[in-house]
Amino acid sequence: MSAQTFEATANGETPLFYEVEEHHHPEGSSTMLGFWMYLMSDCLIFAILFACYAVLGHSYGGGEGPKQLFELPLVALNTAMLLFSSLTYGFAMLTMERPGASVRAVQGWLIVTGLFGLAFLCIELYEFSNLIHEGAGPWRSAFLSSFFTLVGTHGLHVTVGLIWLVTLVAQIGMHGLGQANRRRLMCLSMFWHFLDVIWIGVFTIVYLMGVLG
Amino acid sequence: MTSPLPLSSPSISPIFGRLSLDALPLHELPVLVAFAGVAVGGIALLAIITYYKAWGMLWRDWFTSVDHKKIGIMYIILGLVMFVRGFSDALMMRAQQAMAFNGNPGYLPPDHYNQIFTAHGVIMIFFVAMPLVAGLMNFVVPLQIGARDVSFPYLNNFSFWMTTAGAVITMISLFVGNYARTGWLAMPPLSGIAASPDVGVDYYIWGLQVAGVGTLLSGVNLIATIVKMRAPGMTLMKMPVFVWTSLCTNTLIVAAFPVLTAVLALLSLDRYVGMQFFTNGLGGNPMMYVNLIWIWGHPEVYILILPAFGVFSEVVATFASKRLFGYTSMIYATIVITILAYLVWLHHFFTMGSGASVNSFFAITTMIISIPTGAKIFNWLFTMYHGRIRYELPMMWTVAFMLTFVIGGMTGVLLAVPPADFVLHNSLFLIAHFHNVIIGGVVFGMFAGINYWWPKAFGFTLDRVWGKRQFWLWVVGFWFAFAPVYALGLMGVTRRLSQFDDASLQPYFLVAGFGALLILAGTGAMFVQFFVSFRNREKLRDVTGDPWDGRTLEWSTSSPPPDYNFPFTPVVYDNDAWWDMKRRGYVRPTTGFRKIHMPKNTGTGVILAGLSVAFGFGMIWYMWWLAVVSLVGIFAVAIGHSFNYKRDFYIPVEDVVRTEDERTRLLAGEGVSA
Amino acid sequence: MSADTLHNSAHGHDHHDHEHAHGEAPHGSLRGYMIGFILSVILTAIPFALVMTGKLDATTTAVIVLSMAAIQVVVHMVFFLHMTTTAEGGWSFLALLFTVIVIVITLSGSIWVMYHMNANMMPATPAAIAESMSQQ
Repeated sequence: MSAQTFEATANGETPLFYEVEEHHHPEGSSTMLGFWMYLMSDCLIFAILFACYAVLGHSYGGGEGPKQLFELPLVALNTAMLLFSSLTYGFAMLTMERPGASVRAVQGWLIVTGLFGLAFLCIELYEFSNLIHEGAGPWRSAFLSSFFTLVGTHGLHVTVGLIWLVTLVAQIGMHGLGQANRRRLMCLSMFWHFLDVIWIGVFTIVYLMGVLG
Repeated sequence: MTSPLPLSSPSISPIFGRLSLDALPLHELPVLVAFAGVAVGGIALLAIITYYKAWGMLWRDWFTSVDHKKIGIMYIILGLVMFVRGFSDALMMRAQQAMAFNGNPGYLPPDHYNQIFTAHGVIMIFFVAMPLVAGLMNFVVPLQIGARDVSFPYLNNFSFWMTTAGAVITMISLFVGNYARTGWLAMPPLSGIAASPDVGVDYYIWGLQVAGVGTLLSGVNLIATIVKMRAPGMTLMKMPVFVWTSLCTNTLIVAAFPVLTAVLALLSLDRYVGMQFFTNGLGGNPMMYVNLIWIWGHPEVYILILPAFGVFSEVVATFASKRLFGYTSMIYATIVITILAYLVWLHHFFTMGSGASVNSFFAITTMIISIPTGAKIFNWLFTMYHGRIRYELPMMWTVAFMLTFVIGGMTGVLLAVPPADFVLHNSLFLIAHFHNVIIGGVVFGMFAGINYWWPKAFGFTLDRVWGKRQFWLWVVGFWFAFAPVYALGLMGVTRRLSQFDDASLQPYFLVAGFGALLILAGTGAMFVQFFVSFRNREKLRDVTGDPWDGRTLEWSTSSPPPDYNFPFTPVVYDNDAWWDMKRRGYVRPTTGFRKIHMPKNTGTGVILAGLSVAFGFGMIWYMWWLAVVSLVGIFAVAIGHSFNYKRDFYIPVEDVVRTEDERTRLLAGEGVSA
Repeated sequence: MSADTLHNSAHGHDHHDHEHAHGEAPHGSLRGYMIGFILSVILTAIPFALVMTGKLDATTTAVIVLSMAAIQVVVHMVFFLHMTTTAEGGWSFLALLFTVIVIVITLSGSIWVMYHMNANMMPATPAAIAESMSQQ
């Protein structure tokens, strides 16, 4: 239907006020936009956690600060894990978009992505347990509360992403790479890369700026 | 050093957590009476449903429905039911304050009184105003944009049930344990674990967290719907004003509710894990909570009022039989309010001590935000000017709104002046101000909307006589109830007091109590109006689908609309699409129907919401096994649902033809050609 | 935003969307992902190296670290999230823009408000108490 049809007819004749053809909103045409908006709202949750870290991040309560507590080599390793997982998820998407894509190949890249994600989580849990053993648990000071909550919320998101990823591996195994599953893979892709963007903020503001003073 | 967890004390049973028989209010008479009332009413309701064998119908046609119209109606029922609870709280407070003078402690012990004012605020905002607003938006928006449903119909059902689950959690606190005594925003350190060690604040937190999920997802859903599902030809600047205000409201929801979720999560971490965000020791800062929660809290009031503005815009144009004056300026005013809503939050705590520079900035932004609101009032007035106004019930509510709201707005500008606020902060003047704008704006708006769209939802108009009784009792009652409260505030009486020493104040409280009784009578008149209208529904029947000579697309289809809303998708050429169609000789199509693609019903939303109630209950009472089991259940059900790929069906063409032929027949009998 | 751009930015929901239903989703290419990855590695490695070695003074390091993070966010948005100003009829970008505005308001507002609050309301450090004593 061209744009002119929508103009009012000047000579007073009655235009057609309805569509004769069945007007079909393609299944899932809103999904990507809807999911993006959900991500934006999630982004605001992180914004509040960053705001808390910014305001409370120097309230050590007489305890230790970032300089004594953070181990940057570990954080660098963690960052690498997440960055690799982003790349491999990208490969999964590229494989999916190829005509006649094999389900196995997509599943393979997804599993590689999941393993990187798992490695990230393990390193993070190792870091957390170390801190708690050193007496720097989340209850020790407002700084540590906001640190554990911000980083932990990101980790929780990665965990949910992993559960979702496993579910999707099963679902594309059962139903192939149909329109619905492609859409789901694209949503998870957005979610996964979004977590990577949040992590840029985390390692910069929390770790690097923290150690810097 | 380990966490100072309050969670593992020996008094906590592994099965019942900290729940014991002491939690039941067996020794508190008012609560027992309320419990008996709710129990008898509830059992009677269940008995009636069972007697009429309505369970199957309710489950199939309503609880599992993904139809936006039914979900909208269920939201409004939820809002009205919770209104009864919230308003009972208000009456109890009015009675207490009217009698607690000259050493008389009144009939409510302070501990109970504090729970009541907290519950009143929380319920009225989250479980009355929000469901009413969400209900109207759900019902009206898809119809006004010529769509068959929202973008994510299943999510819509889920959102509704999550809101209901939050209300259920809040209601359980009445009978099992107690509710927060902290005021409706649960400010720490009072709401921290040290000052509020029992379950009250936890009920508050989990009720709001669960409902918040529903609110947020419903916001995403409606934005996607408005962006993606508009009828061909409906450009942004041809959308009805109600759709515009809904778009802005849902934008505010999506961008504000995450803040509430985060803040309440941080408070929970303080309470459950012993973190130090808002404590007074080890670097915590309670003022940060105040700062953050108002970043959500101020947009929240615009979330409530913008849809009401939309209702008034539709009503004024319809009943003045004129195009809305200044459509474009109305839209820009709404957008400006949406953005400015994020720049005024500090005016809620001028007195906390940010100093002159910060206070001045937020005072100025607050005064600026009154300008677009004022512009809207003028637009409505100019729409009425030279219009042929029909004073039907929705129009009467609109005029009452303009008179009432303007005064509430002006007292708000008074409060925006920091030096004045230092005197009036937390006084009854503030209480009178926000009741003035919320009742005069949101509640009157919802009444206008319910009276306006009722015939669309049910096919018959509401009784005028009882509607007028409700109107006068409410409007007059409002001023009796809150004019004295303004005066008391100016005399320096602060909020949330349960007893008074100065006997000269009592007459004011008696007048306010009288006003509350008038509002009670008005509320009764409203329910009588529903009942009488239902009884006389044949006499009040509207077969045209357009009882008010409306202007927007929802009036172009039948009342109630068929499941698919429109047999053919409308094409839009003008702002007031239906008005344009009527003016230019639109002829309703009676042949050529096709099968229609629709989403299937699902019970997943109800199940997930039920599990969320169990999860909340487990967290509140430290019944960890219950919390873990229900959380695992939530994930299992949600993931299981995602394995269902067959979520749609086609309404067969015969059904469409039958429905449309029936309408053709009715219209012919009525002698209406369109 | 003028009324005209609002008029143009979305013309309802017409049949064009049928054609776009499949093509509307953002697509990446191997080249895009590799460029994004390499840029990210560089933009991550430099800040880590600067902070871990302490080669430059703190202020310079902070400026570099923060600006590299900002650049990297954009890199991820473009190469991994395939953000463009036209995807979904511009609505994705509009949503992002609105979110960024709200984040900036919330973050800078909170810091500003709380900084003043702390300065005015919490003079509890020994130095501050001594100072207020000496003024009397």
